[in-house]
Amino acid sequence: MPKLLSGAEIVFKSLEDQKVEYIFGYPGGAVLPIYDELKNHKSIKHILARHEQGAGHAAEGYARSSGKPGVLLVTSGPGATNAVTALTDAYMDSIPIVCISGQVPTHLIGTDAFQECDTTGITRPCTKHNWLVKDVNDLADIMNQAFKIATTGRPGPVLVDIPKDIQFDKGAYKISKNKLEKKLNGTLSNKINLKEVDKFIEMIKKSSKPIFYTGGGVINSGPKASQLLKEIVLLTGFPITSTLQGLGAYPGDDPQFLGMLGMHGTYEANNAMHDCDLMINIGARFDDRITGKIDEFSPKSKKIHIDIDPSSIGKNVKVDLAITSDVTELLKAVLKSFKEKNKNFINSNKQKTANWWSQIDKWREKKSLNFKNSKETIKPQHAVQRLYELTKDQDTFITTEVGQHQMWAAQHYKFNKPNRWMTSGGLGTMGYGLPAAIGVQIAHPKKLVIDIAGEASILMNIQEMSTAIQYRLPIKIFILNNEYMGMVRQWQELLHDKNYSESYTEALPDFVKLAEAYGAVGIRAKTPNELDEKIKEMINLDKPVIFDCVVDKVENCYPMIPSGKPHNQMLLGPEDEKEEVSDEGKTLV
Amino acid sequence: MSNPKSAYSQPTKFGKENHHIIVVWVDNEAGVLARVIGLFSGRGYNIESLAVAEIDKKKHLSRITIVTKGTPEVIQQIKLQLGKLIPVHKVADFSRDDPKILFRELALFKVVGAIKKLDKAKKLCKKHNAIILDKTKKSFVVQVTALRREIDKLTIALKPLGLISASRTGAIAMTKGKEIFIKN
Repeated sequence: MPKLLSGAEIVFKSLEDQKVEYIFGYPGGAVLPIYDELKNHKSIKHILARHEQGAGHAAEGYARSSGKPGVLLVTSGPGATNAVTALTDAYMDSIPIVCISGQVPTHLIGTDAFQECDTTGITRPCTKHNWLVKDVNDLADIMNQAFKIATTGRPGPVLVDIPKDIQFDKGAYKISKNKLEKKLNGTLSNKINLKEVDKFIEMIKKSSKPIFYTGGGVINSGPKASQLLKEIVLLTGFPITSTLQGLGAYPGDDPQFLGMLGMHGTYEANNAMHDCDLMINIGARFDDRITGKIDEFSPKSKKIHIDIDPSSIGKNVKVDLAITSDVTELLKAVLKSFKEKNKNFINSNKQKTANWWSQIDKWREKKSLNFKNSKETIKPQHAVQRLYELTKDQDTFITTEVGQHQMWAAQHYKFNKPNRWMTSGGLGTMGYGLPAAIGVQIAHPKKLVIDIAGEASILMNIQEMSTAIQYRLPIKIFILNNEYMGMVRQWQELLHDKNYSESYTEALPDFVKLAEAYGAVGIRAKTPNELDEKIKEMINLDKPVIFDCVVDKVENCYPMIPSGKPHNQMLLGPEDEKEEVSDEGKTLV
Repeated sequence: MSNPKSAYSQPTKFGKENHHIIVVWVDNEAGVLARVIGLFSGRGYNIESLAVAEIDKKKHLSRITIVTKGTPEVIQQIKLQLGKLIPVHKVADFSRDDPKILFRELALFKVVGAIKKLDKAKKLCKKHNAIILDKTKKSFVVQVTALRREIDKLTIALKPLGLISASRTGAIAMTKGKEIFIKN
């Protein structure tokens, strides 16, 4: 008979078997047996956050930058409900998270016990799957499945809710074989259908106005996928654009890269999407921030969609060739077949796409990311550009909060490698960036990690500064401080007759003093002249830094596709905006 | 959209909605029904009727039959989203007009009234495999198995004849002939 272990021991044995090195969490009554067991497992380090949401985003940052699942440990009731935002965020952006939550003892479930809530009920719609463990003998199996489900197929969060008595109970550590192998993610097999590959290549050969449109699926498929993507883009000579989540999969400074597409994407990327005759979507999901007005989305193109999640295909946009597959596997097959059968492609193709490229160059001449710089005040775009120039020579990891600063970071910071860019895209969670930066720094202790933030977002999880100090994590918080919730203010200016309802923060902390209060370093830059010096000072400090970058208060984020408009009707700047926002325009946005 | 000043685009095209019967084979485990119907409510799909029961005690398999209405795109999404749920084994989708599929729904009706009206009511029920389960001088309870729309009609017809209580199971479905539905 195998040795019996307590539920808490089974949890840790399972974490060890999964080679987990870090858990992000916060203790409480219903998880104390698990916390008690922590001391016996030296290979696993616990990172104590200051709020369960922070712990969750930290686990996300860890997962996104390392490719490993993030593990989150919270108590029952408020511990679990505080984790819900992070779980939903991970669900929307397909990030593998295993959340272990404590629950009141089995006999008290349903009695409205202290710190009881229906955790599996609350988290059902924001996890790939969840379990309430009712028998300690099921625990090993469930933990094993939890990791498998979180990390395979389209990744995502899972939750294991363990009542306190189960954590004490003794049971066997036994994992049954193949119990849930049947289908974990809606796909039956990873076999590549060669007919689909042939059709893919046929479509590539026929097109004269092609574009690659790539997303987070490339990043999630692993670093190999980014290599293969680069290979196929260079081989075909086609232009490529990326979603917010896909940035870094293809080098941002390469001439074939048109920049990000979508609501705040570049003029050339969006127009190329609109006018193309072949759209090759790899690991993106036709999100509404990307497509704009769906009826007029890229009307003349054939579309190929590669996604590991069959339900992503055909959800928003009908496509001509749908391939349910992992990106790496498919690109391998395509490249292999391409090289064998189409040796002369490159030469014939250059001529075929020459007109297309000259059209793209015309769009590029608009220089849609340009802005009017100033000598008196720091323009936020300028601040991000300077930050990029001063950090591009080292391997830098960027996280962001949500809002204008996030879009400026996406537009002006160029990413050349995958897993260097962590931002909350699907859910749009303000307060994501600081805890995410903590998780990134944990995974990459020696690397430069910067959270590009807004002054409003940063206050949503500012308590995590204390975590950064405790673990000596030298993260840099680069706040573009305009005293407004900038994106809200922008929409109010453009759509709500400049009624800036509640979007101005009348009382803000002194961020330099705030940094000092936490034990970090505070730096403030007020003019463009001092910006570079101060950024260098920040980079050279081996301590957490809050950088209060005082920027233009009313700068808007352009270019922009107003909602309800197709890709070829972008606003490029304030001049455009005057004529566009007629009454008719207003109702359309 | 009520407020046109929105950060979201406005709906434009509406496709034609059709009735479909979705059959889902699931592991009969805690919370599985909540997962399935939560997916419907969470994504704004309709449920017109729902029938659930365990069909294999040994394997703990349940069969859930859902009558729903939607555009072809929505029906496709329903199938794919259901397929992603971990306890779901397979999903079948039958059009209501598919001649190869049998549909049945069971209803219990209680009719109370004078003899004349009761007789009239019984006559109406006869067409639909009626079985009288209970009767008194002033009432009867009848079991009817028929198509969903036939039961709809019968309900309306029985109303003036003293129908005071109705209970329905929701439709269930099965393929004709020797074929069974194999995982797609």
